[in-house]
Parts: sequence; C-alpha cells; structure tokens
Amino acid sequence: MTPKLLMLLVVAALAGNGGIAGLPVPAGGATITGKVTYTGTPPKMKPIDMSKEPSCAKQHATPVMTENVATGPANALQFVVVYISAGDTDTSAPTEAVRYDQKGCQYLPHVLPMHAGQSLQIYNDDQTSHNIHPLAKVNAEWNKSQPSGSPPIDTKYDKAEFIPVKCNIHPWMHGYFVVLNTSHYSVTEQDGGFSLKGLPAGKYTVTAWQEQYGTQSQDVTVGAGESKAINFTFKALPY
Amino acid sequence: MTLKSLLVAIVLGSSALFSAGAMSCKAQSHVNSPDPSLGTPSVATESSHVGNLTGHAEAGKQLYRRFCIGCHGPDGNGEGMNAQWIDPKPRDFTIATFKCRSTPTGTLPTDQDLYNAITRGFVNSNMPSWEPLTTQQRTDLVAFVKTWSARWAKEKSGPVLVIPAETPITIESVLHGRQLFQKMECWKCHGPGGHGDGPSAATLTDSKDNPIRPYNFSTGARFKCGDTNQDLYRIFMTGVDGTPMPSFADVIQPGDAWDLVHFLRTLQEMDSKEASLWKAYVAAHAADIKPIGPDAAGGQ
Repeated sequence: MTPKLLMLLVVAALAGNGGIAGLPVPAGGATITGKVTYTGTPPKMKPIDMSKEPSCAKQHATPVMTENVATGPANALQFVVVYISAGDTDTSAPTEAVRYDQKGCQYLPHVLPMHAGQSLQIYNDDQTSHNIHPLAKVNAEWNKSQPSGSPPIDTKYDKAEFIPVKCNIHPWMHGYFVVLNTSHYSVTEQDGGFSLKGLPAGKYTVTAWQEQYGTQSQDVTVGAGESKAINFTFKALPY
Repeated sequence: MTLKSLLVAIVLGSSALFSAGAMSCKAQSHVNSPDPSLGTPSVATESSHVGNLTGHAEAGKQLYRRFCIGCHGPDGNGEGMNAQWIDPKPRDFTIATFKCRSTPTGTLPTDQDLYNAITRGFVNSNMPSWEPLTTQQRTDLVAFVKTWSARWAKEKSGPVLVIPAETPITIESVLHGRQLFQKMECWKCHGPGGHGDGPSAATLTDSKDNPIRPYNFSTGARFKCGDTNQDLYRIFMTGVDGTPMPSFADVIQPGDAWDLVHFLRTLQEMDSKEASLWKAYVAAHAADIKPIGPDAAGGQ
C-alpha cells in the first residue's frame, strides 16, 4: 500500500467518523473557523460627508460609514484579517491576481489581504480621478494618479507588511493592503466570522490583525481533515 | 561692609569665575572632540557618481557632520536639533523616499538627482542651496546620504524618465493643457487658479502625517524640483514621493504633458511666452472660457 493511498483511507475514515454527513472532506483539508469579537467600547462609526465629490455622493443612498473599527451584532468585529502566521509550508504566491476597486469614493474591499509577490490589480470605477497612495514602509512607497477611465494599475508587493492606503484627493478614503507570506487568510464579515480552509494537518500559529487594535495570536494543531474553532477577542478603546 | 557680606561677595565672585572657567573648558572640548557624534548608518559605505566625479561616503560624513546634522540629525532621520522648528520637515534619509527624482515613483533617485537637490536647495523650505560647496564635496555628500538606508545596497535607481523635445509653445497647446488641468483634476489640490487652494488642499498631509500645502503657482518662478520647463515636466510625471503629489507618468502622454507644462506657466505671475499667449486669448475670447472647477465638464 502506498503512503498516499494510506493517507486517503485515513482521511476517509476520519470524514466518516467526525465529518458532517454528506459533506466530503478534501484530503488533508483541515479547517480553522471562529469569530472575532470585542470587549469594551469601540469608537462610533461616523457617516462620511462626500458632498465635495457629487459623482460619488450620489452613488450612496445612505451615507457610507467610517470603517476603522467596524462592528456587527453581538460585539462582532468586521474587517479583521485572520491568517496563518507560522506553520504554513506552502509559501508560493498564487498565480491569479487580487483585485482592489475604487468605487463610490470607497476602497472595495476595505482590507485586501494578498500573498507577497502576488499580482495586485487596482481599478478606478469612478467618474472622478483618484490618486492611489499606499503608505508602505517595508516595501517602496509610491503614489500614482488614476483618472477616470484609465487602465488598472498592475503591481505587487514583495515583502510582508500592513500597508495603509489613502487617496489624498478624497481624504476619507482609507483602506489596507495586507501583504502576507501565506495564502491561508480570511477577512471577518459583519458577524465576525472567519474560516481558514484547506490546511494540511499540522501545528499553526493563527494571527488576527485589526487595523486599530493590532495583532493577537494563538497556536492551533489540526489533524487531517479536522475542524477546529478558535475565537479572538480584542479590547476596544473608544479612540 | 560687614565681614560677613565681604565673605559672601568673595565666595560668589570666585564661584562665578570657576563656572566661567568650566564653560570655556567645555566649549573648547566641543571644538576638539568628534562630538556631535553620528549614529550608525545602515550601509557601511557607499559611493556616488556624478558626471566624471566619484563621491566617497567617508569624506561626505565629515561634511554631513558640519553642514547637515543640525536639521537631518545624527541618525539621518530628519530629527536634528533644528527639526522641531522647521516646516516642511527635513528629509528622513533612513526611508530613502525622495521628492525630486528623474525616476519612477517608488524607486530610488539617481546620484545626479540627489546632487541636483543638494545644489539647488528646496524653495519654500529651510533647505538652502549648497552651491558654495565644491562639486566634489557635494558628490561626497550624495555618497554619505546613501549610507542611511539599506535600500541603496539592495536596489538600483529606477530608469530615468525620457523627456522628448519640447513641443512648440502655441495657444492650442496652452488651451489643451488647460483641459488636462481640469480633466486630471489638478485643481482639486492646486486650485482653479493654481493658488494651492483647491477643495482638497486643507486636508493634505505628507506620508509622516504632517500637514503639507500644494504648490502655489503664483508665488514665484521656481518649483520644488527646479525652474525650467523640463523640470516642470519631470515633477508631475514622476510625482513628489512622500507627499500627496502623485505620478502622472502612466496617464499623461508625452505630447499632452508638454501642453500641461505650457498651461502651468500661465498660472505664474511672471512674463513668459505662454502667459502672453494666454493673456491675448483671454482678451479676445473672454466669453468662451469656461471656468476650471467642479462645474466645468472638460474645461476649455
């Protein structure tokens, strides 16, 4: 019996025992899921006044809210990047590009994780000019104008870094490029939930990063096809 | 005078003498010792090449200690003793982000770019022209400035922007440049009249979060990175790194860029061929000219 076949059998056995009936578990596909919440008092999200840019203001029926500490029901924290910070053996950058949009004078998504060296494409979908200014410190800082209708900017970052992104023309525009040495990452939704899928069995350090509250880490060991749940709690300050 | 007061006077007098002696002694030690000392650079040594001159970091270090340390600091991070009184702040050499480059945004400048910056100084800042230093000394300073960041040992300078021959200065060129000023939304920061008072101007900060003003074209003949039409072309094409001014190299074609240069000249309060062409046009076509700003779709 080959080792590969043996592993498949073990996985099949595990799936049969612990897996949810009817859902096939991919070989070696362990999952780490959980929720990110806060305690304390986070700052209130404020409506953004886009009246200086009417072409953007009219795209939003209700005002866009600030996103530096975005919260959901039951103390959930949104836009937290949860990723494998140690233990990931596959560190090659995916070949497909990640996409960042400037739309309605907002960055979509607000927080964009990517693998170091992965192609990054930046689009301006607006009727106005933006200047895209990622304030990198480890990587090189650049600043490019991207008027309405110009082709996407195709670039990449070679080193891991949390890079704040801003548009100087529209000072409320604010986002992050999160450059990681892993492709196993997840950004929390409004319910604070995250899910890291397709992990080979092993010991990992899982880190959660929030732009204002920094990072937290936990060590997690998962077996082949196993699902584990961990949670992160940030202490929220109102400023 | 009582005996007691005489005694007090003698004690005070001698202590004054003593402290004066101590002070002069201290002052002397400043002249003779290598104080103020420099921090440890990121790169042990660097050289620079400007024209046929080769600059040496070791020679530049002595010059830096004498002329630059007060503002740029003993660690090259722009936090010298004078920095707190200065706006805009002295350059932080440790991050190797430079305003005046002939190279693309995000890349290192050439040695010639740094040499030009030292020679020219920075208008509207506390950085003077260092032309009184010899060409060799300025080249040595370039070599030393490069020791403050490890980027200089790992990366090459970016490719130098190719500036094609200037197109003829015509009213058509000026008018097309004006359309670009509207379309590229230069006015959002620089203002409809180029006075640095556009709608976004008040909110601007540099990459270290210090407030910064957009250039006011009516303040004089010189720009931050030179005073010729070529310099003007280079500034907006490569951008002013570390500030809100982006690079337009990917979005303005060379011919169009010259048109924008010709229009920008009309914003200055000085005589130029561009300005006289524009004045003549305004006199004849005042009614046709649409204002620049949010209400003008496309300008004219």
